[in-house]
Amino acid sequence: MKLDTSGLESTSPFFGSGDELCPELSAAPSFSLPLSTDDTKATLKHAKGTTTLAFIFKEGVMVAADSRASMGGYISSQSVKKIIEINPYMLGTMAGGAADCQFWHRNLGIKCRLHELANKRRISVTGASKLLANILYSYRGMGLSVGTMIAGWDETGPGLYYVDSEGGRLKGTRFSVGSGSPYAYGVLDSGYKFDMSIEEAAELARRAIYHATFRDAASGGVASVYYVGPNGWKKLSGDDVGELHYHYYPVTPSTVEQEMAEVAGA
Amino acid sequence: MARYDRAITVFSPDGHLFQVEYALEAVRKGNAAVGVRGTDTIVLGVEKKSTVKLQDSRSVRKIVSLDNHIALACAGLKADARVLINRARIECQSHRLTVEDPVTVEYITRYIAGLQQKYTQSGGVRPFGLSTLIVGFDPYTGVPSLYQTDPSGTFSAWKANATGRNSNSMREFLEKNYKETSGQETIKLAIRALLEVVESGGKNIEVAVMTREKGLKQLDEAEIDAMVAEIEAKKAAAEAAKKGPPKET
Repeated sequence: MKLDTSGLESTSPFFGSGDELCPELSAAPSFSLPLSTDDTKATLKHAKGTTTLAFIFKEGVMVAADSRASMGGYISSQSVKKIIEINPYMLGTMAGGAADCQFWHRNLGIKCRLHELANKRRISVTGASKLLANILYSYRGMGLSVGTMIAGWDETGPGLYYVDSEGGRLKGTRFSVGSGSPYAYGVLDSGYKFDMSIEEAAELARRAIYHATFRDAASGGVASVYYVGPNGWKKLSGDDVGELHYHYYPVTPSTVEQEMAEVAGA
Repeated sequence: MARYDRAITVFSPDGHLFQVEYALEAVRKGNAAVGVRGTDTIVLGVEKKSTVKLQDSRSVRKIVSLDNHIALACAGLKADARVLINRARIECQSHRLTVEDPVTVEYITRYIAGLQQKYTQSGGVRPFGLSTLIVGFDPYTGVPSLYQTDPSGTFSAWKANATGRNSNSMREFLEKNYKETSGQETIKLAIRALLEVVESGGKNIEVAVMTREKGLKQLDEAEIDAMVAEIEAKKAAAEAAKKGPPKET
């Protein structure tokens, strides 16, 4: 099928490839892309174990993620930035292939900026997520692994979309993506109210990530929480989940029942 | 030797693109078209040359809609217009599909102008021989806009403009008589401008009105005739008033 190569070349404003009038704009990539086999999914996708979540509430959008990267049973990093800053008013989350997420989010940022320059107005979250979804759809079956949420604030208010590498795109108010998502959903869904303050929402997001890292081996590191409001996004906190554990379950000194005594003799 | 390079669009020694200029000539021979922007209404008016008796006049609509909220009128080669309009309509839908938003007037004007420009910079093609007047409301802010493009591919926004035959006289009239209007007043201003250069009567003018709520509405002959009658009556009254007072001294 026709690949959307607009991400790999300078933006052609009017015509796609195949238009004889401007042959220089229709250059296809010179390498042939591999068809997906099961091997491609397993190789070096070191961020597939993860927990990310985002939800819309009264004041805007809250986005949170952990920071662990795992390759099978090996923890390759505890400090991966899984919340990607597309532009000052839009965030993307990373789940799946780290390189895929980073590259295509960066590419989306370029397209959003070009849209702004051409149309003298910011692109909507709807439009941005659609651009990404269309690109991912054109690479369907070729091994991209992306499970991302696009969160932002535009003229119509807060916006949240889930976009994945199968080409799916869903609009919603609460999403969690990754191996730790079932645990995060449990906490998120039971504690969610639309009328929350920013602090309450941040605390909910933080707790949801923490609980996911507690039970999911592939999630851990630092729980980052970002807030997206009418003036753009702002990082609210980045807490180590180990420390969060003792914050939620402080150590209480228990009464000593029996003291260990030195055994006389060897 | 000096004449041969005018067949394709290349620069002349003194910096002209003759093919583009000749295209502008074709526009000047086309029927008159006028557009007026009001505060809540935008009006497009086009001269209809005397209707051939056997022709079904409904098949030669000169004011067309590109989308629910955008309309276009043009002057020049009508066959070229068809091609451009089809491309623009596709782009309107394509934009809705990729960003889930209707186009703004400025966006589609830029697209059409870009298309016209492309054909001035390619081998083996000639420029489109038409100027367009594009009107519409911004889908979010509701602000009305009127834009004009020409064969060279330039475009700009206007409060009121005219193109085609005798456009200079119409533009002069508009410059003298333009003021911020709304509703019926805007329609009357557009018709008055057209009547400067066109034989008066409903069957020689085609008028379409665009409003935010109702979109594009083509006025039928009876409605146009009624307005023309109103305008002429007012004109006659104004002339009589001018001649009247001096006698009272």
